[in-house]
Amino acid sequence: MKSSVVPGRIVLFATVLLAAYQVAVGIDGLESFAILCYTIAFGVLLVACLLLIILGMEILDSPLVVIISTIIPLSLSLGLAWEYLVGVRVYYVVFAIIGFLAVLITRQITPGRPAVITLAIVHGVAGMLIFLLPILLSVQGSTTPGFIFVGIGGALIGIGGLFLSFLKTGRPVISRDAILLLLPWLLFLMTLSFVIGFALR
Amino acid sequence: MTQESTNTMHRVRSWINEFRDNYWPLVKSWQTALLLTTGLAGLMSARCPIFGWQILLGVSGSLFFAISGSTVLNMWYDRDIDSRMQRTCQRPLPVGRITPRAGLTFGLVLSLIGITWAFYLDYLYGLIVFAGLFFDVVVYTMWLKRRTAWSIVWGGIAGGMPILAGRTLGIGQIDWIGIALCLAVLFWIPTHILTFSMRNYDDYQAAGIPTFPSTYGFKVTQWTIAISSVVSAVMMGIAAYGIGLTWGYLRLLAVLTGGLIFLALTSMLRPSDRVNFGLFKYASLYMLSVMVLLAAEAF
Repeated sequence: MKSSVVPGRIVLFATVLLAAYQVAVGIDGLESFAILCYTIAFGVLLVACLLLIILGMEILDSPLVVIISTIIPLSLSLGLAWEYLVGVRVYYVVFAIIGFLAVLITRQITPGRPAVITLAIVHGVAGMLIFLLPILLSVQGSTTPGFIFVGIGGALIGIGGLFLSFLKTGRPVISRDAILLLLPWLLFLMTLSFVIGFALR
Repeated sequence: MTQESTNTMHRVRSWINEFRDNYWPLVKSWQTALLLTTGLAGLMSARCPIFGWQILLGVSGSLFFAISGSTVLNMWYDRDIDSRMQRTCQRPLPVGRITPRAGLTFGLVLSLIGITWAFYLDYLYGLIVFAGLFFDVVVYTMWLKRRTAWSIVWGGIAGGMPILAGRTLGIGQIDWIGIALCLAVLFWIPTHILTFSMRNYDDYQAAGIPTFPSTYGFKVTQWTIAISSVVSAVMMGIAAYGIGLTWGYLRLLAVLTGGLIFLALTSMLRPSDRVNFGLFKYASLYMLSVMVLLAAEAF
């Protein structure tokens, strides 16, 4: 497998800086629980990008990638739900915890169909929430129009998830090399959208 | 242009090439730069209103000369070991590109400049910088490195001296935060050194140097790395809180620390060369990033 080439690493490093900014500055002033969720989401993204820079794209073959790529959308959606879906936020916390444990357990004990279905449900719910909620809130006028960028980031995270699942299944719609070339840019654009969206809301 | 000036130009160029090819590699520029960064971060952690160019130049210069001087002296003393290791046998001293006498002179000159400059800046600062050099060259390299795997503790203490020196110069005395920062670096050193000695196990065996992997085995070494990473992270967190890092920077520190602990635990539970290499690289990046955080907060 082709290693992360130099431009890819530069893009990943830019993503690291954006995620670091978001953790250190971009989420100040929020409720503690929301800060915790966003810190986990952007923190995992930051460390993952650092590992991609250090070890190259080969680490995407690791079985841990599935777990890590679940934490990011789940914690991000949890932060959004905690802030904007006050009425159901406790239920969503329960869903997030059970969902994460389900992904963890099914990966360990029953790899195959149950694991894939569990992953699809958890990713699907989290991804739809990140994608749709900011757009709905922007359209309703509950937040500024700039918050729509978070939804765009949500769409990009979904595409990233699809790319990763293509790599895992070994049946990519586009070639493996193309995915590895596009992934750093996708991560960068996704993070940039989130940073802009959170800054403009 | 006269013949004489052409000759002079030629001599200068040849001297620069000689220095670049044979003397500069003795300095281990990346390692020196990382330790220098810890010293500057220690100074800036004091939040002192003395960020003039003179003090920055003084700390940078004195630490650069002292650290690189001790590195050169280590290379001079360990040239016989280096010649037996595949990784190091092409260094200038083992292959004879420079003589041992020239290497020793270079190391002593650099060390003397660094120590003198440090004492000129401040007596206590100079004492700590000297202690770092003494522990590194005399205690670690000359006395213990060939005898016991535990020599890394003394290497670690030497590694913790630049940050303690910088902090001490900034506030005028040794305080608990300086000690905590020093301990954070001390406990970070095993993460760096032990992953390295696992990675280059055969080389160290060939040279007959006792290391943790050769003395206690890989499993114990991985446990040691994991525990020392956690202790280092805790000490860094305590120091950062004591310095008064804002919550935003503390969050970022927690994230970087989480990555270090994750890798240390992974290397323990799912050991592989790749994870080991990742931990080795990440540990350096972690230290550099944390130092930048400590320094950035000062502005």
